Amino acid sequence: MSDTVDVAERVEPAPAGRPSRSLPRRVGEAFLRRREASVLVVAVALGVYFASASFAFLTQPNLVNIAQATAPAAIIAAGMVLVLVSGEIDLSVAAVYALAPFNMHYLVDYYDVPILLAIVLALAISALIGFVNGFITVVFRVPSFVTTLGTAYIVIGIVLTTSHAYPAPIPEAATETIRNWFGDSDWAHITWCLLIVAFFHVLLTRTRWGLHTIAVGGNPLGATEAGIRAGRIKIGNFMMVATLGGFAGMLDAFRIDTIDPNLGGGFGIMFTAVSAAVIGGTSLAGGSGTVIGAFLGALVLAELQNGMNLIGISANPYFLILGVAIVLSMIANVYLSRLRRAGRT
Amino acid sequence: MTAGAPNGEALRVEHVAKRFGGVTALADVNLRLGRGEVLGLIGDNGAGKSTLIKILCGFHQPDAGQIFVGGEQVVLKSVDHARTLGIDTVYQDLALINELSVYHNMFLNRELVRWPLLSNRRMRRMAREHLEDMGVSIPSVEDEVAKLSGGQRQAIAVARSVYSDARILLLDEPLAAMGAKEGALILDLVRDLKDRGEVSIIIIAHNYGQILEVCDRINLLQHGSITFDKPTSQTSVQELTDLVVAEYRAARTSRLRPDPSTNAQPEPRP
Repeated sequence: MSDTVDVAERVEPAPAGRPSRSLPRRVGEAFLRRREASVLVVAVALGVYFASASFAFLTQPNLVNIAQATAPAAIIAAGMVLVLVSGEIDLSVAAVYALAPFNMHYLVDYYDVPILLAIVLALAISALIGFVNGFITVVFRVPSFVTTLGTAYIVIGIVLTTSHAYPAPIPEAATETIRNWFGDSDWAHITWCLLIVAFFHVLLTRTRWGLHTIAVGGNPLGATEAGIRAGRIKIGNFMMVATLGGFAGMLDAFRIDTIDPNLGGGFGIMFTAVSAAVIGGTSLAGGSGTVIGAFLGALVLAELQNGMNLIGISANPYFLILGVAIVLSMIANVYLSRLRRAGRT
Repeated sequence: MTAGAPNGEALRVEHVAKRFGGVTALADVNLRLGRGEVLGLIGDNGAGKSTLIKILCGFHQPDAGQIFVGGEQVVLKSVDHARTLGIDTVYQDLALINELSVYHNMFLNRELVRWPLLSNRRMRRMAREHLEDMGVSIPSVEDEVAKLSGGQRQAIAVARSVYSDARILLLDEPLAAMGAKEGALILDLVRDLKDRGEVSIIIIAHNYGQILEVCDRINLLQHGSITFDKPTSQTSVQELTDLVVAEYRAARTSRLRPDPSTNAQPEPRP
């Protein structure tokens, strides 16, 4: 060790000043863990509070309600986190969420496509919309905010025009089993959700795709210089979030047993998903985010809405609280990342 | 330009030109890098050094000219493609990702994988070994590079390329952010590589003293062409400084004249 140049001498982080080598690392890891842990604490605290305030909160039917409210937002948020981490955003996912069940309905009832194949094709069409989003963003260098704002209105327009703004029933061809699998049973939503969250968590943290997603969002030029095909990564992530949007739409259509052109409220569930991601510690600037945090963020939002309902607060302050939560978690994010970089010269 | 024996040649560039919009970055570059040779590339800011490096590593495609790797003509389609031909680069901006750990940066886009998952443990171990080999000390390879000093970041960028098994290394100002000690560390590394004789290297640097220490040959890039090419033994810091300063003076006086110097064709190389 005697002949090594100690390049470390200048970078001893200012706050602690303690000499131990593993300490900065441990502090760093604690920070990282806390990003998800802080949302977890909020989720648990809300649960405890509402449980003590209302006996109905922890009853099974109500837990099913919360699970069903959490799942679609968390499923979309899982993909949204990847898009956000790669430095983009997808505003069109709520529209895709509304379109996918209609496509299933059209394929089954007008083109006699078998139901399972129709579901797969509807998801493929969702992925195609994601591809268009990514392609326009990457190739024509249109900011994704604008690209997906445009495609969102286009897709909403397609939904309203083709459905004449009338809801449609779930196709007769969908058997009991299929309905149960795709959301018409109590725990189907949350089971899909947990599987998807687990998958995307691993994808983001343990695979090349995830690493390259972080690289592309964190340092676009550097990532390209290292030979990473930023365009491919971004397009792939757009395709994933759109597919998840279509899937979440399918689940909700089966759950409410009707295909509603206003499902997703135009932009509503997209904003819920982005809120969940942000509350869960994902930065809109790209480069950092967690899928589990986004899931917990969606859970917090669902708890808030459900719990306030139960204890008899009107739904109106919900938005107030949502807004405060977003702003506070954004400030915390910025502050945390500044802390993490304090050592940089 | 006459080519050397193909065996002794790592890289050859013939009549390469590159334009960005109306700006001519490279007019007509001819350059040859022997196998195991260390070539110093100097030139004033804006002479096109970084553009040339970015063409050689596949990041930019030239508008004209040919590139030969190991005697065979190639069209470098992408950075990945250049890497498969054994060309690796340390960029001036280092191309590090602040949000990723040291070891993930060291294996960026060359990650060790046990499909479908990353082999993090193996990458951590190898990153630690490589940095130790180089004599770089870092608190932990698991730290995000955002936390590190300029010198450490540079060392990591250099280590990443050196340990990539590249046969041709392009170093774009590898010494820029480094103190004397850290700079010596990189120069030693270059010398080690040279002694092993397997790697051919192009170094861009502004410190002529350092560059003369390790390079076999010096090329000067001026106005998008190589205008000077001498073995290190036949030149000196003084001569190189004079060349660049003379260019600066010429540009300065010509600015006083109506027609700017950008149209003046530089001398063909000797």
